[in-house]
Parts: sequence; C-alpha cells; structure tokens
Amino acid sequence: MKPSLFGYQAPASIEEAISILAGDPDAVVLAGGQTLLPAMNFRAANPSTLVDIQHVADLRGIEVGTEIIIVKAMTRHREFELDAAVARVNPLVAEVMQHVAHVPIRNRGTVVGSLCHADPSAEMPMLLVLLGGSVIAQGPSGRREIAAEDFFQSFLTTARERDEIITEARFPVLPKGAGWAFDEVTRRHGDYAIAGVGCVLSLDDRGRASRVQLAACGIADTPVRLKEAENILTGTTLGASDLDAAVAASGAAVTQPDEIHVSHTYRRRALGTLIRRIVTMAAQRATQMETA
Amino acid sequence: MARTMKAAIPDRSADAEVDVSMTVNGEAVSRSVSVRMLLSDFLRHELRLTGTHVGCEHGVCGCCTVLLNGRAGRSCLTLAVQANGYDIRTIESVASADGTLHPVQQAFKECHGLQCGYCTPGMVMNIVARFEEPGKLDLTDEGIRDLLSGNLCRCTGYLNIIAAVRRAAELLGRA
Amino acid sequence: MSTRQFGARVERNIDPKLLRGEGAFVDDIPLPDALHVAFLRSPHARARIVSIDASAAKRHPGVAAIYTSDDIGTLDVEMPLLIPHPSMKNPKTQRPLARGDVHYVGQTVAMVVAVDRYTAEDAAALIEVEYEPLPLEMDLAKALTDDAPLVHADVPNNLAAHFIQTSGNPDDAFARAEHVTKITVQVDRSTAAPMECRAVAARWDAVSGELTVWDGTQAPISVRGGLASVFELDEDKVRVIAPDVGGGFGQKVLLFYPDELLVPMAAMRLGRPVKYIEDRRENFLGSSQERTQIHTIELAALRTGEVIGLRDFFLHDTGAFIPYGIAVAQVASTSIAGPYRIPNIFVEFKAVYTPTVQVTPYRGCGRPQACFALERAMDQLAEELGLDRFEIRRRNLIAEKEFPYEREGLLFADGLKVTLDSGQYGKALAMAAAELGAESFAAEQAKARAEGRYLGLGLACYVEGTGLGPYEGGHVKIHPITGKVYVNTGLSTQGQGHDTVFAQIVADQLGVSPQDVIVVEGDTKAFDWGVATFASRAAVVSGNAIHKTALTVRKKVIEAAANMLDVDPDQIELRDSAAWVKGSNRFAPLAAIATASNPLRYAFNKAAQAATQFARASKHDGPPLADGQAPGLEATDYYSPSQSTWAYGVHGAIIEVDPGLCTVKIRKYVCIHDCGNMINPMIVEGQVLGGIAQGIGGALYEHLDYQADGNLANASLMDFLVPYATEIPNVSILHLETPTPLNPLGVKGVGEAGCIAVGAVVASGVEDALRPFGALKFHQVPLSPNMISYALETAGY
Repeated sequence: MKPSLFGYQAPASIEEAISILAGDPDAVVLAGGQTLLPAMNFRAANPSTLVDIQHVADLRGIEVGTEIIIVKAMTRHREFELDAAVARVNPLVAEVMQHVAHVPIRNRGTVVGSLCHADPSAEMPMLLVLLGGSVIAQGPSGRREIAAEDFFQSFLTTARERDEIITEARFPVLPKGAGWAFDEVTRRHGDYAIAGVGCVLSLDDRGRASRVQLAACGIADTPVRLKEAENILTGTTLGASDLDAAVAASGAAVTQPDEIHVSHTYRRRALGTLIRRIVTMAAQRATQMETA
Repeated sequence: MARTMKAAIPDRSADAEVDVSMTVNGEAVSRSVSVRMLLSDFLRHELRLTGTHVGCEHGVCGCCTVLLNGRAGRSCLTLAVQANGYDIRTIESVASADGTLHPVQQAFKECHGLQCGYCTPGMVMNIVARFEEPGKLDLTDEGIRDLLSGNLCRCTGYLNIIAAVRRAAELLGRA
Repeated sequence: MSTRQFGARVERNIDPKLLRGEGAFVDDIPLPDALHVAFLRSPHARARIVSIDASAAKRHPGVAAIYTSDDIGTLDVEMPLLIPHPSMKNPKTQRPLARGDVHYVGQTVAMVVAVDRYTAEDAAALIEVEYEPLPLEMDLAKALTDDAPLVHADVPNNLAAHFIQTSGNPDDAFARAEHVTKITVQVDRSTAAPMECRAVAARWDAVSGELTVWDGTQAPISVRGGLASVFELDEDKVRVIAPDVGGGFGQKVLLFYPDELLVPMAAMRLGRPVKYIEDRRENFLGSSQERTQIHTIELAALRTGEVIGLRDFFLHDTGAFIPYGIAVAQVASTSIAGPYRIPNIFVEFKAVYTPTVQVTPYRGCGRPQACFALERAMDQLAEELGLDRFEIRRRNLIAEKEFPYEREGLLFADGLKVTLDSGQYGKALAMAAAELGAESFAAEQAKARAEGRYLGLGLACYVEGTGLGPYEGGHVKIHPITGKVYVNTGLSTQGQGHDTVFAQIVADQLGVSPQDVIVVEGDTKAFDWGVATFASRAAVVSGNAIHKTALTVRKKVIEAAANMLDVDPDQIELRDSAAWVKGSNRFAPLAAIATASNPLRYAFNKAAQAATQFARASKHDGPPLADGQAPGLEATDYYSPSQSTWAYGVHGAIIEVDPGLCTVKIRKYVCIHDCGNMINPMIVEGQVLGGIAQGIGGALYEHLDYQADGNLANASLMDFLVPYATEIPNVSILHLETPTPLNPLGVKGVGEAGCIAVGAVVASGVEDALRPFGALKFHQVPLSPNMISYALETAGY
C-alpha cells in the first residue's frame, strides 16, 4: 500500500497554485491529506502532481465576524473545534466536530478539504448546508462565492472547477438565542454517519419555533437540507405530532439505496429518530425570545 | 542454489528525489528521498527510528502516530516531503536518555496496558500529546475512551490502557 | 526471594523495551541491501489463467526479479497438508504461485522483487495477466448441490470433508424426549486482524551456507523444518527467528503462506536479503480467516429442563483450501455440548470449499460457533419450557463430583477423547448471577421500560479445551558469570507475556527474582524442539516443561551448594539469587555455584578462579567431571500432556438496545472464568479482556463482506470494524481457580477463553431487551443495527 509516483509542488501563492492546476488536468490539491493519502496508498487515487498548499500564507487561520466565520483552506479541523471565539458564536461547531473521525485525524485534516471531498456521510458538508454557508472558489478567472446547497452536487462531486482552489469556507454564526444540536448514528465512534441530523432553531416568546434549520448527512448522495420538515415545524411548539409530521415528510429525502449493512428502511428509521431527538434537544437549548 | 552477480541487481529506484529537512527528536536531519516516500517509511527506514510502527497505511489503526509540530498525527498519511521544516517527535524521544520510562510509559507497565506492543508507540504518542496540551483532561471513563479512540489495539481490550491513562495522570499530577 | 512468584501480579519483563520503541519486529531488523517484495494477486475468485506477460514489469527500473509458477522450480507444488484426517477425501492445498486456475481473490499469481516496496508495487501493476473467469458459488448450502460451480474441478459438490461423531445413544434420547427444540444459527466470516500484519525476511549467506529467516510466525520450529526440507538444507543451516510479533491470534500459525517459501528462495537466488512486509489490504485478502458456520441444532429435553440429547448438523466454510485440516470444525463439533451433561450427542458436519482465502484457526477456533449454537438453543428451550435461563443451565451443568466427565465417542483436536477434567461450573453460574444482579434485574428492567429504555440480560456458558499436545520442552541454565537464569522453549510469543510467566515459574524454584530470568524463545538456534503457540497451550505445555526442568536444576544447585558449603542438601534453601545454609548467614551466590559446577582451566574473572584446577573448590577424587555428570547448572526436559485441560466460564451482560437507532450498548459485562491455577492473574486478566474485546468485535462489528462475485468489499480497517476503546465496555472479571489434576502446576490455558461466549451473550441480551416488541429472534452474529431494524420491522414496529 504505497502510492504510485507523482510530482510534487509546494507553491507559495494562490496564483501559483492555480496556474499549476490549470496546466495539469491530473494535478490535485493536497491540504491535510487525511482522505487523499489513504486513497493514494490504496492506489485508488493516482494524481500526476500534488499541489501542497500548506505554504500559501493567505490560506491559514479563522476569522470570526459578527455574521460569518471564515475558515481558510489550511485550517485544520482541530483548530476550528478548539477556537474559543468560534465556540462563542457557534457552539454547534464543537458539537459536530466531536463526531469527525478522531483527534489525530482532526489535527491534520482540514475543514475545507473535507468540504471539497464532499462525502455525503461526512459531518462538515452537512454543517455548511445546515447553516446555509458558502465557499469561495478562486480560479484563473477570479473569485466566486458558491452557496453550500449549490456546492455539493452529488457523491464526492462539487461545483468546484478543477483549476479552482477553495480558499475559504463561510459558516454563519448562530442567531442570538438559537438552540442547536447534532447527533448521528455510526457503527463505531468516529466512523462516517449512517445518518446524522443537525438542527438550529429559534423560539418566539410563546415557545413556538420562529425559524427552523434542519439538515442530514448519510441519507443521500449529498448532504440534505430537510426543507419540508423545516416548514412543517416552523410556527409549531414542536410537540409530538409536529415531530411526527416532520419525520413523515423527511422519509423521501432518504435516497441512499440498500447497502450490505444498512437497508433503506433502517436509514429512514434512524433518520426519524434523530429528527425527533435533535429538534427536541435544540428546542431545549433555545432561549425563548421576545417576538418583535 | 545458483547465485547471480550482485552487480546485476539495482540498488535504487528510478524515482526523482527531493531534499527533505526536518527536526526529529530534537536533531536536525536532511535526506534526499523519493517524493512519494511516506513519513512513516522515512522515519523507519531512512532514520532507522523503527519504534514508529505501521499497521494499516490508511490512517485507521494509529500505530504510526507521531507528533507533528506538537500535535499527534499519522505518519502514514503524511509524505516526508510534506514534513519539510517540521518538528517531529517519535516514541524514541519519550523515555529519558538513560532509559527511564516517561510517566505514561511507566503507567502502561504498571497497568499491563500492552501485550504485543505493536500499537503501543502510537498509543503512547497520542496520549503524551494530549497530556502536553493545556487545559483540563477529561479523566472519566468516557473521556479517556474518546482520547484513545483513533488508536486500535487488538490485544488488550483497552481497559488496562484506560487505567494506564488515569495512572499516568496521577504520576504527572494531572489527576 | 521468599515471596512466591507463582500467582503474583508480576509486571512484565518485556515491557520497557516495547514501551521505548525498542521492540524488534521483522520489519525493524536491519538488513542492509535488502530487496522488497510485492505480489500480484488474483482479482477473480474463480478463473483460469490464460497467459501471464511480465516483460514490461521486468524492464521496469529497480526490479530485481519477477517470478511466476514457471520460475520457481521445485517450489511449484502444492504446499503441505498440515493435519491429515480421514474425513477429507481429496484435501486441497495451495501452490505458492497460482498455476492454471485461481481459486480466490487475493491468491498470489506472481512475485516481484525490487529495490523498494514502492517500485515493487509499480512493477506488479505492469504484469499483464489474461484470465478467463469461471462461474462460482459463494453460498455454502448451494455450493453442495450437484449443479454448483466447483472450486476444484475434481472435488464433487465442493465437499472438503464430511464427519460424524456420536456419543451415547442420541436416537434413543430423542425417542424419550418430552420436548425437542430446534434452531438454526449462523456465525459469519471474520479475521484476526493482528496489528502487525505478517512479515518475512530472509538472508542467505553463500559462504557459510546458512539461511536465516525472520518470520512473524507462531511456529518457528515447524517453519524451520519445512524450509530445510524444501530447500534440501541441513536443519542446522536454517535458522528461523520469530522476533517480536505484533499479535497472532491463530492467523500466524499456518504454514506455509506462499511468502514464507518464496522470500527465502529469492534471497538464495539473488544473493541479497529479501523482505516481504504484508500490508493491511493483503492481510485481508491473503491471510487466513475463520468463523462461518451454519448450525442446525436440536435439544431433546425432559419437562424438567434436563437435556438428554443433542443433535447438531453444521456447514463449515473452509475457504478454497484446507491446509490445516478439519481442526476448526472438529473443535466446534467436540465443544458442542459445552459444560452440560447432555449424555447423548450426534454431531455431523460438512466442510465446504468456497472460492475464498483458506480458513484456519482464529482465536476461539470453532468454539465461539459451538457456544453460539448451544447457548442460543438453551435460551430457546428455557423459553419454551417456561424456565428461567439461569435455572435451565443450573439443572444441566456437570457437577463437581462428576469429574472427570467423559464424552465417549467424541475425539478432540488432539485425537483424544473429550474428557472434562475439573471445574466448579455451578458455582461460576451462581457468581455470574450475583455479579449481574440477576435477582433484582426484572424490577430494574421493568422500571427502565416504563421510561422507554430497553434493557436485557444476556447469558452464556462455555468450555474450552486447552493445552493440546503433543509436547513442548524447556531448557534452564544458570549463567556462571551473572548468575542470571536463561530459559528457552520452542514457542514464540505474540504478546502473551511468556517471558514473565515462565520466569515466575523458574524464579520460585531457583530463588531468584523473575527479572533475573531471561526467557528466549522463537529462535531455532536457541531451542529447536517443540511445536508452536496455539490452542491456549503455552502455559500448560511449555509451562509444565519449564517447571519440570527447573526442578532438576534446583536439585543440581542444592547438591552443588551443599558440597561447597559443606552441609547436607536438606540444610540448603534458595533465595535472593543464592544458596543459604538454613538459619545461618552462610551462603553461596548462584553465579559462584554455577561457576564452580563448571571445571575450568582458565580463570577469566575472579569468581572463575575458584573453579580452576588448582583451586580448592574443585578438589575431589576422580576426573573433574564425574561419569554421567554435565558441566554447569543446566537441564532440559519435556512435558507431554496426557489430554487437554478444559477451562470454562460464564459470561453475562446487561445490554441496552435503542429501538429508534437500533444500536446496542453493553451497560455491564461480567466474566466468571476458571483456568485452574493462575501463574500471573494480571496477565490472565489481560488475556481474558483482550478476548472479550475480540468477542465483542465478533458479536457486533466484525464481518467480512464477500460479494456474490467473491470479492471482499471491506478489505480495510475503515470498513472492517475492529472496535476502538469507545466500543468496549467496562468488564468485571471474577476468578475461580480449580486446579487441573492433569499437570503439576494445575494450570489450564486461557488465551482464547474471552472471545468464546460473547456472541451468545449479546444475542441473548438483545432478545431479552426487545421482548416488549414480541419474540424477536437473533440467531446470527455479528448482530448489526440493520438486523435489529429488520426484526422490528417484521414485528410491525
């Protein structure tokens, strides 16, 4: 299990990196390498050239703004997880991060790398979709912002052009007083999700959900925003019958076919259970706000 | 058995080589190696630091865990060339020069936290890294399990390793 | 040392080395100029090889050699059938490199030797093989039918072996039965997954004519014998070393794997050291696996719950080859009645060839399957008779006064009649009930259910035949310079702590600290009589051999010391590395006694002066060495068990099932076990805990996913789910120590014990937890969330 031969470039600037990608159709960006290197060791990925972006100065760090958290391309999962400023404005990040592989992997793997890999069972893509975030893609023709829901196109496929580099991801902060929760079912702790559900919701002063965001991973070929369920739950007190209705409306979102150890039925069952529990947990964490 | 001429057999691969320099266990090292050489192979075969073990080469087992700039990571999922300029620490740096065991190692011995010893260096490096991080350690059963998750052990069933982490915390005054 | 070491929790001698990263596993051995091996493996489960073209690969820079079956001369033969048995009509073993047909995905087709592993893998990918795929059948039952595609063209119905054993009169028992229960259960394919994969390195010294092979094997002496035979070398010219080995669990006891022959061959041909380090993917594809069995078991009972007869028929998947004979199936069939009286037994199996890698023992070796079948049947019988699960077991367990308990007609894996030697089965069951809180569990369960939580109690008993022959040896020598004790045996260790438990045995006899006993094993140059490490036999067989040897050395020490100190032998006591005259402060250090026992001409140090020809200590009549006397304090002896010793235990658990997510959480796990006298309880517990963790893997997680085309879908640790610490619950272990009457130390084996009962415990507990949803049945392990979901769905939930 050794990688096949490749070329290696370690550009110092984004422009240089982009030009290498533009000039070599089989060149691949190397950030943390925690998904790419295993694939290369299995010789399932055989890039012609690795473009190691760790030395590009502009691609490091986290910027926490009032609305948006900017996570640069070389930011490791663990940095995002432990950042105190992030935790203040978006405590959901750390909660989700507990489920991403294991600490030694999170120490090396990058948030943006996980987004670009676009595994539909992974947590980071779901988080970006749940929060309604976006990514910034930079290519030979400049920079563009791609909304999360447009970015994840299908299994391991994103809207990134192959000569583009995703320079940053933009995760919205949580609304003031919002409740939040995430959980997933996996075989082993740290494995990819069989199904995972995240929720952010706000309650008005009468305990009714004024805004509900709900998303799932593991159930389709991309992370999925459960919009029908969101609509059903908005305006309700999130009682048992409301949750029943939301679960019923979410079943169709499960499009993953039967797998050896995970039937379609089991996924739907797990998704339903998670929706009930996660929405309830988020509601418990939400502060009831004065209606405007 | 017939013996072919040794000269007929090549000595090196045709791979292009790159110069790689890093600090390993406090010493600056430089080598010219194939661009595709994994850091695990670099440590083991170029530097002969064979305490770092290789169990899966896909990042699941954790046997090859070393400290990369102070943080635990998989040396099998890192290219040697990627580690250019890094500060690397391996299991060989953990005990004192006279062989005295580090408290984490001592705790493993006291608690029978190892059997075949193959996963042990990776386990120890992961634990040492977490002990070196600032902040409070979660020494509940579940907290220690989470700390150890990411390192497979096939011999011990983990419970003695959990005990060893707790014992190490005592020895290090972190309990 | 007056403290008894046998029975003490002595920390392990080997640990500091391993903890500092100074272990020497095969790939750590420095071999300058070594060449590296990669194999080209079959991508087809069944196919005919039409052609192989290695020309491009041979031209690849850095390649030293490429071998196919045409290039390996006399090695191109079927490898040995290790354990012949009359039940096999046409036993098939593999060739080192495929010739003609391939029989499983991963079978070795060609071997590349190159300057490094990277280059070797490049070249392997350049070898062009044309295959003609053949039809195949993966299903065991279908494979036996007349029109099934064949794994081997000349083996009809894919039937590898067919064997029936009978004890008592089962037909009569079933005729008398007041109730018969019958179930079909299945245990699925798994693998040992040792953390270190297999590894072989070889160096040929053309000048001395010596072949040295480092092999992560459980059987170095057998490998040495085989290599000497295959390469027609004097045994003395072949040295096999099993250095530190990163776990074995049975997978490394098979010989030969193709690399074990081909790597030495390449080293001899190329005149350079050659190394093969199996990678994880290859370990999944090319190294032995175990477990798939489908049992249909019937119990004939009286209304009281007394089981008077058992019938079991099972299919055993042996893979594409059967090099280890029927061992796994035979152990399953002879363990089928467990710790219960059940005097009438009929057990029949068919071993079936499937186009998969060969099946040879993996920790447990058929016992987990037998336990699963029997214990699931016992649970069902209890339910049908309206009896408590503890009660039905209590009524059937063999009582202490009934030992030795013979099962006439059942021959165990050592070819000897199954004879359970000793135990306190009833007491173990009572202890398990107490530790689990079985009395109050029903109330706890009801309370939890009221809160929407589903708790269940799982229970299973097991027996384990351990310590098989034929024999092992021990060599004990007190070194004249240091006074340290050197001990050798013919085993190799994969982490079991042999170096410490054998040291404890010797320390007690020679009055030294276990830290001063240096155990060297796994090296044919150190000791080359013996068999291998398998079947939980090291402590029993080598332990007793070393014990016998230590007694002889002790006698020599005492006689020599008595002579030196001028007292009667019964006045001598051994402690603190010296012989003391009782009740005095007169003593002679062991080093001095060892030195004096070796008549010397040359004094190489001060102590040695006492042993030279003009020194006082050596003065006596006759020649310096009397007729029949040997120099030094040294002995070699052997132990050959009369039969296996039978360890046993009772496991139980409190299990919580989340019906919403279909997940299983083990809240409490209890293990009562008895392996006779414990040499080192710390190490015993380590073995048991490790076994339980593997058992949990087998009960809930580890499943090799073979596709209908014979491909293994999850040949990685990403997808083959070996549990992490987060998946293993706390375990409480309680010991019983019923000495076996069969050996001087009173010990039984423990290596495999932990894993045997876990599957049955988990399935039993999950059924109990989900009782509010109806009588859901779980008759297959590993028990996945998907199965729970399916069962709930079937029951209308």
